[in-house]
Amino acid sequence: MTAVGTERRVIRVVVNGVPYEREVEARLLLSDFLRHELGLTGTHVGCEHGVCGACTVLFDGEPVRSCLLLAVQADGHAIETVEGLAPSESELHPLQLAFWEKHGLQCGYCTPGMLMVLKAFLAEHPNPTEEEIREVISGNLCRCTGYQNIVEAARYAAQLMRQS
Amino acid sequence: MPTRIFGEPIKRAEDPRLLTGRGRYTDDIDLPGQLHVAFLRSPLAHARIRSIDVSAAREMPGVVAVWTYADIGPCQRRMPLLIPHPDLTHPYTRYALAKDEVNHVGEPVAMVIAESRYLAEDAVEAIVVEWEELPPVVDIERAVQPGAPLVHEELGTNVAAHYVGIVGDPEGAFSRAAHVFRERLIIERSAGMPIETRAIVAVWNDVEGVLEVWDTTQAPIVIRNALAALFGLAPTQVRVIAPDVGGGFGCKIMVYPEEVLVPYAALTLRRPIKWTEDRLEHFVGTNHERLQIHDAEIAVDAEGRILGIRDRFLHDAGAYTPYGIIVPIITACQLPGPYKVPNYHVEFRAVYSNTVPVSPYRGAGRPHAAFVMERLLDRVADELGLDRAEVRRRNFIQPHEFPYDVGLIFQDGAPTRYDSGNYPGMLDLLLQQMDYDRLVREELPRLRAEGRFVGVGIACYVEGTGIGPYEGATVRVEPTGQVYVATGMPQQGQAHKTVLAQIVAEELQVPVGSVQVFEGDTAHFQFGSGTYASRSAVVCGSAVALAARKVREQGLQLAAEELEVAVEDLVVEDGRVYVRGAPERGFTWAQLAQLANPLRYAYAGDLVVRPRPWTGPTLPPGKQPTLEATEYYSPPHATWASGAVGLLVEVDIETGQLFFRKLWVVHDCGKMINPMVVEGQVHGGIAQGIGGAFYEKLYYDENGQLLNASFMDFLIPTAMEIPRMEVAHQETPSPLNPLGVKGVGEAGAIPMPAVVAAAVEDALRPFGVRITRMPLDPDQLWRMTHPESS
Amino acid sequence: MKPPRFRYYAPQSLEEALAVLAETADEAKPLAGGQSLIPMLNMRLARPSLLIDLNGLHELSGIEFDNGAIVVRAMTRHRAVERSPLVAEHTPLLAEAIRWVGHLPIRTRGTVGGSVAHADPAAELPGVLMALDGTVQLTSRRGQRLVPAEDFFLDLLTTAAEPDELVTEVRFPSLPARTGTAWLEVARRHGDYALVGVGAVVSLAEDFTTVTEARLSFIGVGGRPVRARLAEAGLRGQPVSAETWRAAAATVRGEIDPAGDIHASAEYRRYVAGVLAERALALAAERAREGARQ
Repeated sequence: MTAVGTERRVIRVVVNGVPYEREVEARLLLSDFLRHELGLTGTHVGCEHGVCGACTVLFDGEPVRSCLLLAVQADGHAIETVEGLAPSESELHPLQLAFWEKHGLQCGYCTPGMLMVLKAFLAEHPNPTEEEIREVISGNLCRCTGYQNIVEAARYAAQLMRQS
Repeated sequence: MPTRIFGEPIKRAEDPRLLTGRGRYTDDIDLPGQLHVAFLRSPLAHARIRSIDVSAAREMPGVVAVWTYADIGPCQRRMPLLIPHPDLTHPYTRYALAKDEVNHVGEPVAMVIAESRYLAEDAVEAIVVEWEELPPVVDIERAVQPGAPLVHEELGTNVAAHYVGIVGDPEGAFSRAAHVFRERLIIERSAGMPIETRAIVAVWNDVEGVLEVWDTTQAPIVIRNALAALFGLAPTQVRVIAPDVGGGFGCKIMVYPEEVLVPYAALTLRRPIKWTEDRLEHFVGTNHERLQIHDAEIAVDAEGRILGIRDRFLHDAGAYTPYGIIVPIITACQLPGPYKVPNYHVEFRAVYSNTVPVSPYRGAGRPHAAFVMERLLDRVADELGLDRAEVRRRNFIQPHEFPYDVGLIFQDGAPTRYDSGNYPGMLDLLLQQMDYDRLVREELPRLRAEGRFVGVGIACYVEGTGIGPYEGATVRVEPTGQVYVATGMPQQGQAHKTVLAQIVAEELQVPVGSVQVFEGDTAHFQFGSGTYASRSAVVCGSAVALAARKVREQGLQLAAEELEVAVEDLVVEDGRVYVRGAPERGFTWAQLAQLANPLRYAYAGDLVVRPRPWTGPTLPPGKQPTLEATEYYSPPHATWASGAVGLLVEVDIETGQLFFRKLWVVHDCGKMINPMVVEGQVHGGIAQGIGGAFYEKLYYDENGQLLNASFMDFLIPTAMEIPRMEVAHQETPSPLNPLGVKGVGEAGAIPMPAVVAAAVEDALRPFGVRITRMPLDPDQLWRMTHPESS
Repeated sequence: MKPPRFRYYAPQSLEEALAVLAETADEAKPLAGGQSLIPMLNMRLARPSLLIDLNGLHELSGIEFDNGAIVVRAMTRHRAVERSPLVAEHTPLLAEAIRWVGHLPIRTRGTVGGSVAHADPAAELPGVLMALDGTVQLTSRRGQRLVPAEDFFLDLLTTAAEPDELVTEVRFPSLPARTGTAWLEVARRHGDYALVGVGAVVSLAEDFTTVTEARLSFIGVGGRPVRARLAEAGLRGQPVSAETWRAAAATVRGEIDPAGDIHASAEYRRYVAGVLAERALALAAERAREGARQ
């Protein structure tokens, strides 16, 4: 039997609403595909073993670790990254406004992952408790903020989103 | 009315970019034609290299070069000893790529340069090394025994440094003391672990004749100088930029081997070269910190007043000493803390081990100092039946006793001299925040009656901040109205672009958004030493303030001349300089900048230049065609921040789990430029401190293998483990600098091991537990409460 | 940390997948959720020459209640289990334990079949399956077989699955009336693998004061989930009381044989297993009384 499978594949992915078609190596991680193939460097890489959460993106609307997905697995799917969070060039998403207002970031490296997991979470939990917020971001490590202002920002964002 | 900007919690200028995914971290930079680097790192802790065969690796797909020590030209020099010290009698640094031997797991041995990181890693696997294993030295207590195997044969010893500091007459104090108590205290090895690992992109820009390097460094100027010297280039031919950096915490300030090898590859191969450290590499390739073993004793009188302290400790230096002995020196000097220690003997040996080298991590020896001091005082309190807060009060340096000389030389070479503070005040404020009396008299007993093991602890600390040598800044008003600020102090999340802008905006009374700060790029500023030791606000802030004040003076002078009034008749407000009572007679800063520059054909917007009668040279001697000043600030010595922290914990004794229920901090960093930023720094430091108290420990086995070299097993606390923190402020301004500020970067990390120990001891009082080791973990706590089962 | 080279194949049907797996079993690895496999690829600890991606096999997705068991097709995501009203109703132990599995993004991709096939001794799902005396359906080109949990989990990361077999379905039996369950674990941080964990099942007699049957399934105390059979036997016929649970805890401590590592010693795990048993039994009994029906 000839060898099954291929080392390279053509994939079609929609990222932040924009369709892409690329030929990639099967072993290319989704995180590297987004960052270096598509130039969307907003998604960050902190560990490549699925613990730090810096690489979190939305995959068909749900939060996933892009370092634990192969780019070829995104074929036929829709990805959302932090670059797609703001509604337009001149406006910010309530989460972004809230993080800015509440000093929810310092070095900014964990921030895109935090924003994306919170986006998915707030869509299902528009009025979360502090405990619920802490639990959903417990899969995202931050070394700078001690999480306190991130929690404040998430609360404030939920409030902004409920008001609008 | 002048607008108040300094001291306001304004939102950060950095955030819009970072929140929309438009940050530029080093690995984000992809240059056309770039090659990627992967290193072969030693899998052994101590071995000689018999041979390295890279022939197979060279043939692998996409490989452009595979280098070992023999191939790296000028990089064959030993890596620099960055901070020598007279007591560092046996320093040792590595080669950029191992020459004959390796001294820790993770030491770089060979370098693969290929078309992608994936291909480079494939090739690394094809390199074959023949090793001759040597006995690894891991336990530092054994390492100082006679006959112990040596990390570096040619040194003849494992002791890199032996330091003795003596103040007063410790022997006498101990001999006449009413009480002497001894403790053996250990803080285990840990590391900063920023979420962004290290990365370097280097390219020889042939058009400009400049070596351009993006590096996640906390000290771009130092790197620039090192590369220029190493490669025989003029400093202006080397540009080092620290772009957005995802956290530093100390471990990104060094001259690491990769920081010379990657630029060397760029120069040699004439292509852009990128190296991005992966997390597993980071665990064994970026510096660690923390392991110290203390044998401490305290001598007190019958009232618990300190007569003397003696402390002997071993400091694990790791395999090399590139950063000298800064960390243990800080421990030695900071140990007395906010207390009067009239007689003091501190002695340490910095010991080599076949582990990753040690350099500062947030706290840099201060957490150890605070742990020892606070544990000793808690011991005194417990033994003499005194309240723990009362013991501290009895020993505090009083507010009227400043400046206060500890009697030792600090890490900057200057005396350890506290400039200002109010330690009784901060403790009182803390106890008030905690509602301490009610907590201790009512709440704890009530909870304990329910069968719960709850406890409260307090800890106090000082932090020597804002050390030299110096920093500088240029402030220039542009004819277009922006204010340009350049300095050599890069940031890794400390909001320099905002905080420094606030200083300038306050001086010139311009909107803070019009002030643009360039830091971390050697093309913008040439002199400085980097971001470390909680010195940005003090040293760089002061330089910025001095420069901004000069510029303000220049503007006033120029406006006075133009308007033919006295400087005293002018007001600086709302972005303008104008005559008091006649606001229409004045200029915007942009106009003043245009006025300063008598160019015939300059176009700069609303031109107010008009022809003048000839009175001599258009630009008179001593005048500049700009409103610009470059100033340097060199502090006389450190300025001392301080703080106190209180913690309420609960222990589930059946499982050893520890819950952080409530946390209060009082922090004093003098005047605050941006209180929101200050609090953020305190929060972050506390979280890392909690990590160091209950979660984060690097485990080396006796073969020098790092057992938990991944985020699965090295436990960084999550949002579920870190409690809410209530922060209050006290301000005792610094008399040493123009702003009255003190540093805050490391603050929160300092007292946490001490306060966790105190709180846990209090919670487990029925078991007579003594906490003398950090970090704790559930297994340890369980053993303390179940001696018969363990 | 980039994966080594491999060929990738995404079958369109289970039949296709099994056919390929039959030919390549020695060198291929099936890719389910990837939450365990891809870190191993990134660290180059796994080096398959062929990756067979099961994520396109929609026939392997779904949750049903059939013949007294919650039947979960192998590629069903943990998140689907978490959200499933069927699971909440019929197998509350599974519903409770699934929330301890990693973090939300892990549960979005991780699969029930994958977790069971991977057989990490500190993973929740194998522990739940053992507690409920569930079964694993293994399918290959050669046919299909059902393996009880007790026979499926052999040792650390080792199961009864042959290299050419895929886990295609996992059955979690529901429990009779007057039965309560509880899942408790101790981990270093929220979302971490358990140091020790237990799934307890307590069935009560009609008067709700006597234990008719109890089960204790532990994770983190051996190479595979461990049922504390002696303790279970000792609980039969015992009164619902703190003394009963305490005695069971002592038996548990005597019959398990955990190993230690850098996170917790063997002695700690042995003791805490007893603590969790005690607490979980009490909680399960309370729930049985509250009428928490299976």
